[in-house]
Amino acid sequence: MKIHEYQGKEIFRRYGMPVPRGIPAFSVDEAVNAARSLGGPVWVVKAQIHAGGRGKGGGVKLARSIDEVRDVAGQILGMQLVTHQTGPAGQKVRRLLVEEGADIRKELYVAMIVDRASQRVVLMASSEGGMDIEEVAAKTPEKIHRVTIDPMQGLTDAQCDEVARKIGIPDASLPQARTMFKGLYRAFDETDASLAEINPLVVTGDGRLIALDAKLNFDSNALFRHPDIVAMRDLDEEDPAEIQASKFDLSYISLDGDIGCLVNGAGLAMATMDVIKLYGGNPANFLDVGGGATAEKVTEAFKIMLLNPHLKAILVNIFGGIMKCDTIAEGIIAASKAVSLQVPLVVRMKGTNEDLGRKILADSGLPIISANNMAEAAEKVVAAAKGQSSVKAAR
Amino acid sequence: MSILVDKSTKVITQGITGKTGQFHTRACREYANGRNCFVAGVNPKKAGEDFEGIPIYGTVREAKEATGANVSVIYVPPAGAAAAIDEAVDANLDLVICITEGIPVRDMIRTRYRMQGKRTLLLGPNCPGVITPEEIKIGIMPGHIHRKGRIGVVSRSGTLTYEAVGQITELGLGQSTAVGIGGDPVNGLKHVDVLKLFNDDPQTDAVVMIGEIGGGDEEIAAAWAKANMKKPIVGFIAGVTAPPGKRMGHAGAIISGGKGTAQEKLAAMEEAGIKVTRNPAEMGKLLLSVLK
Repeated sequence: MKIHEYQGKEIFRRYGMPVPRGIPAFSVDEAVNAARSLGGPVWVVKAQIHAGGRGKGGGVKLARSIDEVRDVAGQILGMQLVTHQTGPAGQKVRRLLVEEGADIRKELYVAMIVDRASQRVVLMASSEGGMDIEEVAAKTPEKIHRVTIDPMQGLTDAQCDEVARKIGIPDASLPQARTMFKGLYRAFDETDASLAEINPLVVTGDGRLIALDAKLNFDSNALFRHPDIVAMRDLDEEDPAEIQASKFDLSYISLDGDIGCLVNGAGLAMATMDVIKLYGGNPANFLDVGGGATAEKVTEAFKIMLLNPHLKAILVNIFGGIMKCDTIAEGIIAASKAVSLQVPLVVRMKGTNEDLGRKILADSGLPIISANNMAEAAEKVVAAAKGQSSVKAAR
Repeated sequence: MSILVDKSTKVITQGITGKTGQFHTRACREYANGRNCFVAGVNPKKAGEDFEGIPIYGTVREAKEATGANVSVIYVPPAGAAAAIDEAVDANLDLVICITEGIPVRDMIRTRYRMQGKRTLLLGPNCPGVITPEEIKIGIMPGHIHRKGRIGVVSRSGTLTYEAVGQITELGLGQSTAVGIGGDPVNGLKHVDVLKLFNDDPQTDAVVMIGEIGGGDEEIAAAWAKANMKKPIVGFIAGVTAPPGKRMGHAGAIISGGKGTAQEKLAAMEEAGIKVTRNPAEMGKLLLSVLK
């Protein structure tokens, strides 16, 4: 789960990490009031969307007067902000963060992630702040420094100092670096974060360290113990189809293609997308119905796929293990009827009671195209989507 | 032989009294030698009772001492599953198989930390389990698609493992052992660990290795195999078409920071002499080609 920058900064404050004074705003008037109550000669008005790269897209602007705050807030609020992470359609800006300006001497990068190889949390830092870190990693990997954190000891003073020196934090600011890094680790650990990133972390003219940005993602498996974080969820930032899917415990991701896929198991679902592509088609989604798919779940899955106006055909690929193919066949029939399915449907079922399942589909009178293996299923669904074979002809 | 488990393995089920635990314990007990293998259950609140004749103990240690069990399988819900692994590790079992899906990563980091220097192996979490066909099935895989044979299978994903197993069985071959290592980012046995076991197993002639996007485990396994593996390996990586930054169901299946792509993994495997296919329907065929 992701949260906004201003929410991330609220969490940072709780862990004693210095952030600029700032106030979130949901309207232009609120932005102006926020600037007035903050005071000062310079303000930064920042679009609050979950994607990164906001500055480049015109979502972060400096204002030197209250009138200017009003102007830029008006420009940013409601805009479709396009960044390298939003896709070409962009994301509508519904919230702003108005902050006091900072006197920036140096921009640094700090992040925490779980390193799979060492099975520990790793602190990553670079002197190249304010830039796209993936670019830094690709072009100048020697500028990225890492330390691995012992889960029982936590981040040590020595580790903090080592990293701070490597990224060019002045010696006089080392105590502040310890506060910042240790605060970040505690925030990461105690909130069950999966990513914590400060880009940029700035050194000010007078040697203070301030987190100018805050990005926090959370482990969705741990949200059950963090109701305060769940309360920060902003559904406007999420794909409506994915939200709907999560209500029924379905794992769904929207993609750009036109062939819907309904599969049991994440690995098989990815493999199904791959085989569709291999035969010249384009998957419209990733959809894992899980191990215990019921007729109700399959029906909901069909409804969610059909929300996509580009959908031209559907491929159902089920390896029935614990689930029996006859049960799945009945679920597919119930779902097809419930949604009065208009696009071609290719079904490949394998495993327990597969013959019975196929017979149930064949006897249903529904225009379902049957396939014996994944390759044949992909070939048929790609052909169906291209209109090379109508549903009737295939029967 | 086979690897990890065989007909003489004695299994404790942690979470035997829950709905999932009951369902799968029944299915495992009915498979091959299961009746003799599934010897104990654990539930501190139901110690002294039994589940359809399988005695329930208060702790893993008590269950081990009373029955001589050496392996446990866990169906405990996510919030308590890491603690269940800890308990099995503290009881010094040979192997713990954690089926539970959805354990917080932080819990697994602590559990793996505690396991340092301990003898117990962990399979999973979020995995289908392990099966040595016609001897023992521990986990949630459908037993009937398997057949005794000489092909090892190792995979991060459940149903994709079944797909490979199904293809092998259809070709008239069979499996020595099929191992699902699970889809979580912080877990126990990795591809490389299972390859080592298959390499040393006289009953295994070749291995099907299935990976997916995310992390670098397949690359590590490939590098090891290049230098050490004496048997042919064929491979498939799921997620060639997965977009970066989107988590594909499994907590570990995500391309992040430009790392963990299917292309990188396929390239590393090919470089190591592993035959790979981009077509998951052809894993079986590819296997036949290396056996000749």
